Amino acid sequence: MVSHKSRTGWILLLKFTLSDRGGRVTMSARVLVGVKRVIDYAVKIRVKPDRTGVVTDGVKHSMNPFCEIAVEEAIKLKEKKLVKEVVAVSCGPQQVQETIRTALAMGADRGIHVEVSGKDYETLGPLQVSKIFAALAKKEQADLIILGKQAIDDDCNQTGQMTAALLDWPQGTFASEMTLEADKLKVVREVDGGLETIKIKLPAVVTADLRLNTPRYATLPNIMKAKKKKIANVKPADLGVDVCSRLEVLKVDEPPQRQAGVKVETVDDLVGKLKEAGRV
Amino acid sequence: MSEIEVLLAEVELLFLGREYPKGADYSRDRLRAAFAKNKDVHDPEKIKELISRGEFVVKELEALYYLRKYRALKKRYYETE
Repeated sequence: MVSHKSRTGWILLLKFTLSDRGGRVTMSARVLVGVKRVIDYAVKIRVKPDRTGVVTDGVKHSMNPFCEIAVEEAIKLKEKKLVKEVVAVSCGPQQVQETIRTALAMGADRGIHVEVSGKDYETLGPLQVSKIFAALAKKEQADLIILGKQAIDDDCNQTGQMTAALLDWPQGTFASEMTLEADKLKVVREVDGGLETIKIKLPAVVTADLRLNTPRYATLPNIMKAKKKKIANVKPADLGVDVCSRLEVLKVDEPPQRQAGVKVETVDDLVGKLKEAGRV
Repeated sequence: MSEIEVLLAEVELLFLGREYPKGADYSRDRLRAAFAKNKDVHDPEKIKELISRGEFVVKELEALYYLRKYRALKKRYYETE
């Protein structure tokens, strides 16, 4: 079957090797990693008095923890020489450049800052971001997109799935393990019943779950090196994406306050209180 | 040469210390005190030892931060049985 001597046989063989999506994709593979700037996970969130959102001014921000895991996975692939380039992407105002720099310090090769600011940024959500990523994937000829499974501020868990759908690419979501074999990706997914193993073909979208890896810390020498790496600026309009939101936030409330507990002195008191509450 | 190494170690610890749960100021003060205490050490062997101790602290801090984050996320996003 392999040693086709006929003319059509040779032409088919030639076409296969010249195709950029067949066979040895991985040697020149480019990975796009999305990183989101969110309020730091350890900060106590406060709702704005007008209940339109949460307080973000002067509050510590950092890279979404699941995005850190996504970046780490991409860097690991690069270190294993399975992919050639890791590109970190973030959408937002000037400050997101910090987040991109963190990704660069972790080992990404270059960054792309999609400029979205003001009202557009306040209403930016998974639908617009996935459109942006789909456009970028085509523009940068990415073979793999790795995102965090969800952001800890909006907990949408939608961007990865939507991006895959827009590109018509397979997706491996909630990945707790990922192995690249030629142009196929073996993904172990964390699902309610346990673990599910799937094999998907590149190009594909993967979303990172907590146990995928342990993200590295950006050491000082790497932070210094990262300053030399390039971050390109792009506007959504350049990618043909309309960032107008179809959603309107009506209100944001705090979770219900925990009722204060009552201390009792004796067992009799406890029984008395329980009887009062109708529990006994 | 070792002066530069000491300086780099100090700056690295300073950066890392910013995320310390007890506060950036707490860790910066402790760091300054620790480095000031060993200011007059000139023996290169001793200096190497102290620098590797600094690297050990860096690893400890990284582990602390990671565990803290992992546990917080696990508690928030996953069912605890």
